[in-house]
Amino acid sequence: MATIGFRAQERAQHDPAPSVLSYRLQRLYLTPAFRYMMRFGLPILLLALVLFITFAEQARRDAVVMWVNDIKRSIQERPEFMVKMMAVDGASESVAQDIREILPVEFPLSSFDLDLPEMQKTVAGIPAVERADLRIRAGGVLEVRVVEREPVAVWRSSTGLDLVDIHGKRVAPLDTRGERGDLPLVAGRGAGEAAAEAMAIFDAAGPIADRIRGLVRVGERRWTVSLAEGQSILLPEREPVRALEQVIALHEAQDILDRDVAAIDMRNPSRATVRLRETALEEIRRIRMIELGARPK
Amino acid sequence: MTALYESQRAMRAMRKAAMQRGVIAILDVGTSKIACLVLRFDGPEQFRDSDGVGPMAGQSSFRVIGAATTRSRGVRFGEIDAMHETERGIRTAVQAAQKMANVRVDHVIACIAGGQPRSYGLEGAIDLEGQMISEQEVGRVLAACEAPPLGHGREVLHAQPVNFAIDHRTGLSDPRGQLGTRLHCDMHLLSVDGTVIQNLLYCIKRCDLELAGLASSSYVSAVSSLVEDEQELGAACIDMGGGATGLSIFMKKHMIYADSVRLGGDHVTSDISKGLQVPLAMAERIKTVHGGVVATSRDDSELIEVGGETGDWELDRRTVSRAELIGIMRPRVEEILEEVRARLDAANFEYLPSQQIVLTGGASQIPGLDGLAPKILGQQVRIGRPLRVQGLPQAATGAAFASAVGLCLFAANPQDEWWDFEIPADRYPTRSLRRAVKWFKDNW
Repeated sequence: MATIGFRAQERAQHDPAPSVLSYRLQRLYLTPAFRYMMRFGLPILLLALVLFITFAEQARRDAVVMWVNDIKRSIQERPEFMVKMMAVDGASESVAQDIREILPVEFPLSSFDLDLPEMQKTVAGIPAVERADLRIRAGGVLEVRVVEREPVAVWRSSTGLDLVDIHGKRVAPLDTRGERGDLPLVAGRGAGEAAAEAMAIFDAAGPIADRIRGLVRVGERRWTVSLAEGQSILLPEREPVRALEQVIALHEAQDILDRDVAAIDMRNPSRATVRLRETALEEIRRIRMIELGARPK
Repeated sequence: MTALYESQRAMRAMRKAAMQRGVIAILDVGTSKIACLVLRFDGPEQFRDSDGVGPMAGQSSFRVIGAATTRSRGVRFGEIDAMHETERGIRTAVQAAQKMANVRVDHVIACIAGGQPRSYGLEGAIDLEGQMISEQEVGRVLAACEAPPLGHGREVLHAQPVNFAIDHRTGLSDPRGQLGTRLHCDMHLLSVDGTVIQNLLYCIKRCDLELAGLASSSYVSAVSSLVEDEQELGAACIDMGGGATGLSIFMKKHMIYADSVRLGGDHVTSDISKGLQVPLAMAERIKTVHGGVVATSRDDSELIEVGGETGDWELDRRTVSRAELIGIMRPRVEEILEEVRARLDAANFEYLPSQQIVLTGGASQIPGLDGLAPKILGQQVRIGRPLRVQGLPQAATGAAFASAVGLCLFAANPQDEWWDFEIPADRYPTRSLRRAVKWFKDNW
């Protein structure tokens, strides 16, 4: 009983009070600079220290890089991102074959690994392709939509036979002229590049189209229309179509091409010059002599 | 006096530093409780003239952001008795207040309730040489007040100029800028026991705090409890604390007298403890719950369980009637009030134009005191509560916190004291030189 009473008295006498240490610590913690240090400075410092210690060693650094790569891989190789096949639209069989050969991709492949701009450039680099659009369609299909160049003429050059489109771009090489007999033939250096002009000439030459064998580019500046039976029409540099139309008009009026003419020179459009063949020349000479009253030889 | 001037000036500088930092603590080390308030100053620039608060402006420019009280230990009669216990108490209060304010406080303003304050009225006068009265002249006239012999080991707590007179015009509160031939000044000087200040200073130092101001408890509780016209017309404030009852007389907004009676609420408690044979804690509880000073016939039938924990059933099951309790309390309260009356008479309080008396402090909350006090102190008695200050918790708005709230006001808006004026640089050499020249002129 006495001890209990004593304890009660002792408790009553000693009111609780913070110790000097806790008082000072609390005051220290209430110092603004110290508090900011504890709240932000120390955690940042600790974090920096941990990171520094972790990455000080090459092996750990590599392990972390590998780990990151693994995670990246695993996300990229999810089935949602995989490309399983390629679909080539709008290309003929041979061009599609070319595209499949030229694109170095092996399916299945993650769409993250596909460099579409680069591939688009590669596909567009094929001569037969005018425009190429690549996109990855839902369902993991790499869609290559191609607009092919339309060959308009066969170009016979020193290197061989080529197909060219309206812009003068080579579309594909050709083995024999007979393969594309439907296309007109142009020849000579620079003929391919001027294909558009050549096509305009061909279009204008409707009435005599069946006579035309081809167009020859002369000196990379003007055309000569090569006709059957060795005849030719020399066209001027400027406005060759009108010159040809003149010739056609002449032909329709006087059947000039049916006569024994070697060439019609339209290089000076205001004055058509006709070159006769050897026999015709002799004949005309003879007739003239007769007209002049000379004694025939 | 110069040493005191220096130390008070140092305290003023500290207060300025605290103001700049914006946080200051108020510490009221009393006999029954230690209260600590943390003030945040918002700066005077938040005040506009249109607010119309005038001289009260300083009071609202702060906000109480932390408040804590703890039971006091080691303090008797408002003086520190057991230093380490008191230090622990201060630590508890300061820590709790800091925690509430969430800010660290370094500067503290404290008040002293005990230390046997003694009031002196001083007067000084200087001749003016036709110049306008500036702060320098005020400093000179204050320095001209002759310090009375304070006694051994006593120090000046307050030295406030309360009145200025120029020639025959008296009752000036601010003589600056006026002209005259002779400047008089009345100063109220309050001295307390130096060791009491030393002990408090030591305790505060031990808590890593710096003292930024020191005030008499009776002065600051009057600042918070007297309304403005009471301060102006003249009133006495009686701060009935735990161990000491302070009284101060105000006139024209200046304290003109202060004293303290070394009796308080703790004596009432100890009377109850002795009379009813109960422990002090129980006696305190009985006093606060059932206490009173005016008995009615109904109080005979109201029985109070005295209780106890001795284990003796007979002793622990006693009951006393409320009339008996009042019979114990009333003589002691009467004694306190009579002692106060005697001090007021000694100060010639009855000659003041207004006889208003305001009772405040924890012990003024005894029910029935407003009936008892007029019988001893005169008719104009009211029970006062401290002014409302911003941010003060509800629990700290009672009469027991009069001096703590007064200290807040004192911290925000201190009165000019003697040491706020520049001590006149010894002007004797120039004056004597001038006198010599004058003598030459007159005689040659």
